[in-house]
Amino acid sequence: MIMLGDFDFGVIVTALPYLWDGMQLSLLLTGLAAVGSIFLGTLLALMRLSSIRLFQWIGAIWVNFFRSLPLLLVIFWFYFLVPLIVQGQVDAFESALIGFVLFEAAYFCEIMRSGIQSISRGQAWSGYALGLKYSQTMRYVVLPQAFRNMLPILLTQTIILFQDTSLVFVVGLADFMTSAVTVAQRDSRLVELYVFAALVYFVMCYFASLSVKILQKKMHK
Amino acid sequence: MIEFKNVNKWYGTFQVLKECTSSVKKGEVVVICGPSGSGKSTLIKCVNGLEPFQEGEISVDGVSVGAKETNLPKLRSQIGMVFQNFELFPHKTAMQNICLAQIKVLGRSEDEANTRGQELLDRVGLGDLGYKYPSQLSGGQQQRVAIARGLAMDPIAMLFDEPTSALDPEMINEVLDVMQQLAKSGMTMMVVTHEMGFARRVADRVIFMDEGEIVEDATTDDFFGKPHSDRAQLFLSKILEH
Repeated sequence: MIMLGDFDFGVIVTALPYLWDGMQLSLLLTGLAAVGSIFLGTLLALMRLSSIRLFQWIGAIWVNFFRSLPLLLVIFWFYFLVPLIVQGQVDAFESALIGFVLFEAAYFCEIMRSGIQSISRGQAWSGYALGLKYSQTMRYVVLPQAFRNMLPILLTQTIILFQDTSLVFVVGLADFMTSAVTVAQRDSRLVELYVFAALVYFVMCYFASLSVKILQKKMHK
Repeated sequence: MIEFKNVNKWYGTFQVLKECTSSVKKGEVVVICGPSGSGKSTLIKCVNGLEPFQEGEISVDGVSVGAKETNLPKLRSQIGMVFQNFELFPHKTAMQNICLAQIKVLGRSEDEANTRGQELLDRVGLGDLGYKYPSQLSGGQQQRVAIARGLAMDPIAMLFDEPTSALDPEMINEVLDVMQQLAKSGMTMMVVTHEMGFARRVADRVIFMDEGEIVEDATTDDFFGKPHSDRAQLFLSKILEH
């Protein structure tokens, strides 16, 4: 056992397999929530930019509603209130995932909206002029370019999403953060585990952001 | 084949098209010219419904463009359009640009689309550049790919909206040559352009527009020989001086 003053690395080493399980859950939740909320956010962006008033309203209300709520509240809501409404038990992972998707979609919507607006009107025109329908023009012409332009910002938002997944602590879902807390309390090793957790989050997010910056530079070449 | 009847269009309270009436027969090449802001680009965009108009009627091959029941995507697939800024899809190669609508709209197989695409790239003189992305091509080459993309749909008419205005001078002719060949092959064409040399050589008729109105609609010889209106004379004297 390696000792460094009172700092006990051994605790962390022993807990690594358990913490790794937690990290896998964090990553899985981040990945699924990112895919779901980018998809939903893109639909909302198309609605906000639609010429149909009703769609504009739905998109605008969605975005303004979820951006005015704390994420924590949304997670609580889906875990504690939805079971009352549907009269049954909901799975903590599923309810957290749904909460994240609905919440983050509001942010991804605004990113995709500016992405779509960054594509000149002529691009859509030339798609329509070839006989493509609206859905085809979006799918094959406008959205691929919008995604490409917005990729750095989409990834940055996904990094924030990854950090936010630590909030599932409140519904007792064993993500990386919750696992660290569990070990910390079980072994009474708060300092070691919280420092380690901070270090892991910092290193992962820092290098992810760095990669995004490098990507951004490459894209601007 | 293309008929305009009393077409009126407003942007808010500003009237961009006023009682525009004319027609283009099958196989005819019609050049539309006029000062900038005269509504010529707007008029040509009304033909395939890219711009809506409030009053009047436009029909293409007997199909009314403004009618609610008209299947616009289907109609557009039969009318090729070439834009001032080329508007190639930058995330697709030249060949993919030409194939996309053939596959998604006409339902051709990838092989059929590629074969047709290669024929057309050969025809516009870019046979070996199909693998390049638009950003790797010159303006003139991009515009020729755009023409090939329109032709790939086997259209019954082609619309050109200032196809050479965004080009460097030395690239204008390569595009005009392709258009001239196309005209010779019997394609029905409407061309918004300031290239009066092209109009003289290729057009059957010239429409002159000013402030949203069709001021002059004459055969090419008449238009350049003895334009009736003062405005057309003034325009020609300005543009032909050089």
